Amino acid sequence: MLSLHLSALQVVIPLLAAPLCAIIRIPGVTWLIALAVGIASSINSIAILLHINRFGEIVYSLGGWAAPFGIEYRIDSANALILLIISFIYLLGIIYAPASIKTEVPEKSQGWLYTAWILCFTGLSGITISGDVFNVFVFLEVSSLSTYILISFGQDKRCLTAAFRYLVMGTIAATFYLVGIGFLYSLTGTLNMADLAQRLPDLISQNTVAVAFGFVIVGLAIKMALFPFHAWLPNAYAYAPNAVTAFLAGTATKAAVYVFIRLTFEVFPEDYFSGFTSSHHIILAVGIFSAVITSAIAIFQDDLKRLFAWSSIGQIGYIAVGVGLASTAGVAASFLHLFNHSIMKTAIFMAIGGLFFVTGSTTTAALKNAGRRMPWTMAAILIGGLSLIGVPFTTGFISKWYLVSASLEQNFWWLAGLILLGSLVTAAYVWKIVEIAYFRKDPNVKVVRQEAPLSLLIPTWILVVANIYFGVDARFSGSMATQAANTILGVSP
Amino acid sequence: MESIGIVNYWIVIALMMIALYIVISANNLIKKIIGLNIFQSSVFILYISIGKVGGGTAPILLKEPAVYSNPLPHVLILTAIVVGVATTALGLALIVRIRSAFGTIDDQDVQQDIERN
Repeated sequence: MLSLHLSALQVVIPLLAAPLCAIIRIPGVTWLIALAVGIASSINSIAILLHINRFGEIVYSLGGWAAPFGIEYRIDSANALILLIISFIYLLGIIYAPASIKTEVPEKSQGWLYTAWILCFTGLSGITISGDVFNVFVFLEVSSLSTYILISFGQDKRCLTAAFRYLVMGTIAATFYLVGIGFLYSLTGTLNMADLAQRLPDLISQNTVAVAFGFVIVGLAIKMALFPFHAWLPNAYAYAPNAVTAFLAGTATKAAVYVFIRLTFEVFPEDYFSGFTSSHHIILAVGIFSAVITSAIAIFQDDLKRLFAWSSIGQIGYIAVGVGLASTAGVAASFLHLFNHSIMKTAIFMAIGGLFFVTGSTTTAALKNAGRRMPWTMAAILIGGLSLIGVPFTTGFISKWYLVSASLEQNFWWLAGLILLGSLVTAAYVWKIVEIAYFRKDPNVKVVRQEAPLSLLIPTWILVVANIYFGVDARFSGSMATQAANTILGVSP
Repeated sequence: MESIGIVNYWIVIALMMIALYIVISANNLIKKIIGLNIFQSSVFILYISIGKVGGGTAPILLKEPAVYSNPLPHVLILTAIVVGVATTALGLALIVRIRSAFGTIDDQDVQQDIERN
């Protein structure tokens, strides 16, 4: 019978662990609790995935109240994939954390940091598995509030302004989302996603649906840092503690992207602004513009964390392109890139944390001689960078391949061209790093091998190996992504 | 009658626009938080108006059938109020730390301080 409660456990375990950590607060013990949560959730998310592959989607009514009245958790192959990513990135982030945090956060606040971290994970898991739009709002706020706290643990005092700005923008985003679902409720009288999906198509002539769509989508676009709404992200990633940045880069925006995809395709009926232009085309245009422009901005950054933060906004742009194509192939490419991007970006930020551990700085100047001084750390950044460009035998190539073939399927030659242009711009900033790290030799300095400690290197390299593995053998990730797209678009495979 | 029925919604729109203006234009961080509060309150009023039925009572232990207001939006908004309180508390706590780190709670002064270093 336990299998019935798997989905609830995913949220309940971390939700109970967080207050426990807040009471105990001894860094070592809270870390062990966080680790136990990570192991339990990872096993749980695999169990959910296997269960879904065998028996189909899981529908769980909280407290035994049936769907339209009670809150329902609904897990199919789309959110099971996202849940798997979030759980594993969380686990690796926690394994990585103690050595990295030791140098950055004073010991007495480390217990609080783990508390906020577990709460953030609770929120992200909840967003992913909930089938109720208001419940998603609550979990969105749980994860956001704890994210602001996590960012404010940074060393640099600028982390405080970054956290404050994120708080203001995040609250506006969540409130926009709340307005949108308020309109939906006043029209349909339900908050359940599956119910909404049934009732909305009859109401397509109502302007209220279009307004609700606008509010919900803008709210989620701020949370996922889609291009014109990205202002909070670069500072937040740059000044948060390194371990936190690695975790956020792989998970925080991803959960919002998932809700964005779920709502655009499953809940809201196809086209709104039909007199003007399709809403999908707007998402497509914003996505490709963002992918090219923000990658270009990344070239001019002198701080590695900020550089890769800008690159993250660009990668969200690629995911939006897949959504904007609105075909099975396009959405599959989005899911695949979601999966691949969290692997490569987390690995990069973990390696940057290792660089910081040794050199005490994350500026590009700190990279000098890094290629010979810490070959393993540097190789992790390099492979991550190659993957961002989309070089064969890395996951980035697979996602670009899916994305380009999805755009060619609709005869968008110009789009395929722009995607390749984006890769070219990405190559420019990756080259900038490679050039400093490997080719700018300083003959006067004697290079001493000085690698980051193993507790930082091992989680990093697990992700690097995963990056190469899923770049060579994309059967698992590819079939999962296609299955997820089929579920979301309601196409029977 | 009809124009009175929708007066709530006009208030919601007015409050929402005023609040967004405060959040964007205010330099004082406390005032930004006040703006956010007004912004959230406007949405609370929206939800409460959706649920209210004119002349309706609360649906608690009604002995005979009667007109009652929809309690669900009101319950939802209780949750949102809790979220709002948490956000305000966290925002104010951040302002306290900004004040001790930068010596000011004025956004422009903070930005200048950052640019100088």
